[in-house]
Amino acid sequence: MTEHLLQVEGLSVEFHTAAGTVKAVQNVSFHLDRGETLAILGESGSGKSVSASAIMNLIDMPPGRITSGRIRFDGQDLLALSDEQRRRINGRRIAMIFQDPLSHLNPVYPVGWQIAEAMTTHGTAGSDARAETLRLLTRVGIPEPQAALRKYPHQFSGGQRQRLMIAMALAMKPDVLIADEPTTALDVTVQAEVLSLLEELQAETGMGVLIITHDLGVVAEIADRVVVMNAGEVVETGTAAQVYANPAHPYTKKLIGAAPGKGVMHDPLPPVQPVLSVRDLRKSYGGFTALDGISFDLMPGETMAVVGESGSGKSTLARILLRLDQADGGQALWQGRDLLTMPPRELFALRRDLQMVFQDPTQSLNPRMTVFQLVSEAWVIHPDILPRPRWKARVAELLAQVGLKPEHAARYPHQFSGGQRQRIAIARALALEPKLIVCDEAVSALDVSVQAQVIDLLDRLRREMGIAFIFIAHDLPVVRDFADHVMVMQKGRVVEQGSVRQIFDAARQPYTQALLAAGLDPDPAVQAARRQARLALVLQPIGILRRNDPPSLRSP
Amino acid sequence: MLTFLRKRAVGSLISLIGLVVLVFFLSRLTGDPTALFLPVDATVEMREQFRALHGLNDPLLVQFGHYVRDLLHLDFGDSLRKARPAIEVVTEAFAWTLQLALITMSIVTILAIIIGALAAWRGGLFDRVASILSLIGASAPDFWVAIVGIVIFSVSLGWLPTSGTGTVWHWILPVAVLFIRPFGLIVQVVRGAMMTALSSAYVKTARAKGVRARPIIFVHALRNAMLPVITVIGDQAAALLNGAVVIETIFGFPGVGKLMIDSILQRDFNVVMAAIMVTALAIFLMNVLIDIAYALLDPRIRH
Amino acid sequence: MTDTTVMDEPGALRRYARMLWADKFALCAAIFLLVVLLMALFGPALIGDLATKQNLRGRNAPPFDLSRGWVWVMGADALGRPLLARIIVAAQNTVLIAAGAVLGSAIIGTTLGLVAGYAGRRTGEVIMRLADIIMSFPSLLLAVVVLYILGPSVANLVIVLAITRIPVYLRTTRAEVLEIRERMFVQAAQVMGAPSRRILFRHILPVVVPTLVTIATLDFAFVMLAESSLSFLGIGIQPPEITWGLMIAQGKQYLANAWWLSFWPGLAIILTTLSLNLLSNWLRIALDPVQRWRLEMRGRKND
Repeated sequence: MTEHLLQVEGLSVEFHTAAGTVKAVQNVSFHLDRGETLAILGESGSGKSVSASAIMNLIDMPPGRITSGRIRFDGQDLLALSDEQRRRINGRRIAMIFQDPLSHLNPVYPVGWQIAEAMTTHGTAGSDARAETLRLLTRVGIPEPQAALRKYPHQFSGGQRQRLMIAMALAMKPDVLIADEPTTALDVTVQAEVLSLLEELQAETGMGVLIITHDLGVVAEIADRVVVMNAGEVVETGTAAQVYANPAHPYTKKLIGAAPGKGVMHDPLPPVQPVLSVRDLRKSYGGFTALDGISFDLMPGETMAVVGESGSGKSTLARILLRLDQADGGQALWQGRDLLTMPPRELFALRRDLQMVFQDPTQSLNPRMTVFQLVSEAWVIHPDILPRPRWKARVAELLAQVGLKPEHAARYPHQFSGGQRQRIAIARALALEPKLIVCDEAVSALDVSVQAQVIDLLDRLRREMGIAFIFIAHDLPVVRDFADHVMVMQKGRVVEQGSVRQIFDAARQPYTQALLAAGLDPDPAVQAARRQARLALVLQPIGILRRNDPPSLRSP
Repeated sequence: MLTFLRKRAVGSLISLIGLVVLVFFLSRLTGDPTALFLPVDATVEMREQFRALHGLNDPLLVQFGHYVRDLLHLDFGDSLRKARPAIEVVTEAFAWTLQLALITMSIVTILAIIIGALAAWRGGLFDRVASILSLIGASAPDFWVAIVGIVIFSVSLGWLPTSGTGTVWHWILPVAVLFIRPFGLIVQVVRGAMMTALSSAYVKTARAKGVRARPIIFVHALRNAMLPVITVIGDQAAALLNGAVVIETIFGFPGVGKLMIDSILQRDFNVVMAAIMVTALAIFLMNVLIDIAYALLDPRIRH
Repeated sequence: MTDTTVMDEPGALRRYARMLWADKFALCAAIFLLVVLLMALFGPALIGDLATKQNLRGRNAPPFDLSRGWVWVMGADALGRPLLARIIVAAQNTVLIAAGAVLGSAIIGTTLGLVAGYAGRRTGEVIMRLADIIMSFPSLLLAVVVLYILGPSVANLVIVLAITRIPVYLRTTRAEVLEIRERMFVQAAQVMGAPSRRILFRHILPVVVPTLVTIATLDFAFVMLAESSLSFLGIGIQPPEITWGLMIAQGKQYLANAWWLSFWPGLAIILTTLSLNLLSNWLRIALDPVQRWRLEMRGRKND
């Protein structure tokens, strides 16, 4: 057997918690070669991050404990080395970047110092480290690198922060780079840029890249081989194309099946009198224009998706329609009445018609209320909907409708999983029997397989109850399966709107095209083609994809 | 950063002005001021004379105007007992209190940060002992510790003097007693803040970079953990600047706390007023310093 | 995650008992506090006579002498009254004053804090400045001035101590309200049309209460120390009423030959405040539904 660059053999890790011992990782084996990209694919709780933490000696022991296995790197077993020996390897031979770069950068030190520290801590002289830091910042495409050295993490955008993390990780030219969900919180176009940067840098240095992700699209875009993990165990290994085309394990099949964006697109609804018609909506916060003349119509029972990247104003739109925020101008006619200027009494009645499902159910459900209290609160506020004696039966009915059990009514939200919590939030919205539900990124915090179930639920409600939806999302494939009508927003303006077929099959605006091209398809074959299309777009002079000056400096 | 400081300073200044108003009306609205300012055995003539002299027969607003005018000149009148300007008496006493507070808080701050940080990092027995000791420290009544200290070290062993300020030996007991409570409180806050900082994502990044343990604790984590700690240090320092009344009384320490109590008991109200204003001003300045420290530590506040 | 994750939770009482059992320090603290509470409730009625009857032959009787009966185990004071009996009787005033002050300041402070956090910016600012003024006024001094004017009684002592502690609850409540009102579940309630009253009392207050309970427990200890300081200075409770702080003061002059006069009441204060601190630490975890699993040793397996 040839020696691999990094080889994990039979790794098992467990954590001691008050609730008992949790076997986070069980008998996991995989290997990584020089110049290769290996993806570890799994949903939350699959143990994918724990394996990476074990390689970096980042598991807190106790409560964690490595019960078996070896991690062979460069001819030695990492687990047999002392903490000091492993410290010398960390950052120098094996480096790591993380999800959520804002919290992973120290908020109180300048980024230049933090990157230089990655070198000085391994013995590089201070002046050399500073010079190299400047070169790295230029290489990863940070604008005005000289000035950026003295800036702090909060002064950069999300994508730039991930570039800073990459610069820091690559400072010592490591042999292995571990990337833990490196693009998860980023906009699609920024995600595509960061992944391309990683690929370029890998080509330059020949390092092995271990990428940890929950996203089949990321695997399709960047990985040579993939390891699928579920509940702490490796269920399948193979090349990315092979695993996608012929998944052997039922879990992999389920995961691939749940990936959105492959269903039949909805046909446009016949035009009728719109239930909501918005005209020239405007809103600015200080000098920042959040909404700049938004107009659209929504038919009864129609699902309109609002798509855009962060800062596009899509969440502001939701807040204004639900009167959580005041508009500066324009009107929004709900069944002929302007809901933006409605007096409180009328607004109170309107609340029954318009409901909202928020992004993170952990935060949108009061942690100190039981499910029964959460759902029945609607009737406390609007007592004429339902007489109190019938509440119990109705809560049971609503819970059944969203796929929960009636006996769950006495529980608290923290006793449920993320997907179950979002079902509770939906049941709460349904309690008012609304005509329109605004979903603000309602499925983006959920695992792929759970996401599919919640979307199915919403789709069923739409069909059975004729509820209209405004579905705010950044995830295009989900929109493709669920929406009738799509509105693309950028910087507070509507770039393009049309039926779902129009947008996905024949987008007219370059921004929409760029957005579609930047999205990642779970099928490696499709993704390869799409990457060609994206590269072609980049070459266009519009420069939509690259908001920063493209870096041109090569490693000396 | 300047706008931040200006905002905070203006806020504190408003509080200071509010305090001035409060003190004035507290002295006037609690009945006959002469009852407060003059000894119990004062004659009717003395009272009338006092009224005329201090313009106490003028309308309240005029009185308030005079009061503010004098205040701006730091003129609080003479101490009725010591026949010297009240402000002189107070600044003299305040100098002692300031020294006591500075010495105590410096020792407390340094020791509490080191021990709190180590307790958070090492865990185990060290952590448990430090936690229990700091809890006991934060729970102990200081005057009781003071008299127990006097019994042991002054009366029984005869090592330390019981009162005065003459030599270094005189300072040991008061400083040691004043040390206990703030130390207990700050160790707990440092420990909690360091636990949070050490389990944060940026410390994980530092470990992934291969940074050594010592810089991780004292460079990466500590500076972040200092933000909540500074608030508590400020509160405790303010308490000491207000005069550790009981401790100063027990040890016969000529600080501003003892002065205030004595002046109240002797009805020397001019001194009381001066003492309140001087300490309030000192606390105001210290709050500005705390705010500067905040801004220096955290760039997010600066920008 | 499957349906097995959603399991029955035991009744609230059993559940807190179980969590208390899991933290032995907190358990001891709770038992000790219960004893103090029983002493405060029934002490004066049961052994009131014993504690006040002078006995000249037993003056300053040394402790640990069981020949005269169990109440003499801690010795006797200068008038020959058994110390243990006096400590038990004094518990009533000590607890009563602290409880009254904590309850008063907590209710007023929390209400003002809710208003300051949820009403408009301007109202909030005004209330906050008021809190700052109280904070910058030396609290012990405020007590001295007010008690001097109003006369020292249990009721006045409670009022004074309550006023000085209002800012603690006010600031905490306001800060929490400001944070909680931006949370999603508050917005969800707004979307349903919930009126401000309901949002404040149904959604915001229940989230703040555990923090307030934790602070109040801690503050109980603080107020006890403040009261004993005042009594120690002779401007708090006056004889023949008695508190632990006053007992320390009374024993001070006999320190050299009868240390136990001040030692035992001081120990009572330390143990009580320490217990309150420990219980407060436990409450912080036990009242937090996200944290409390740490205390629940047995129970749900798959949370």
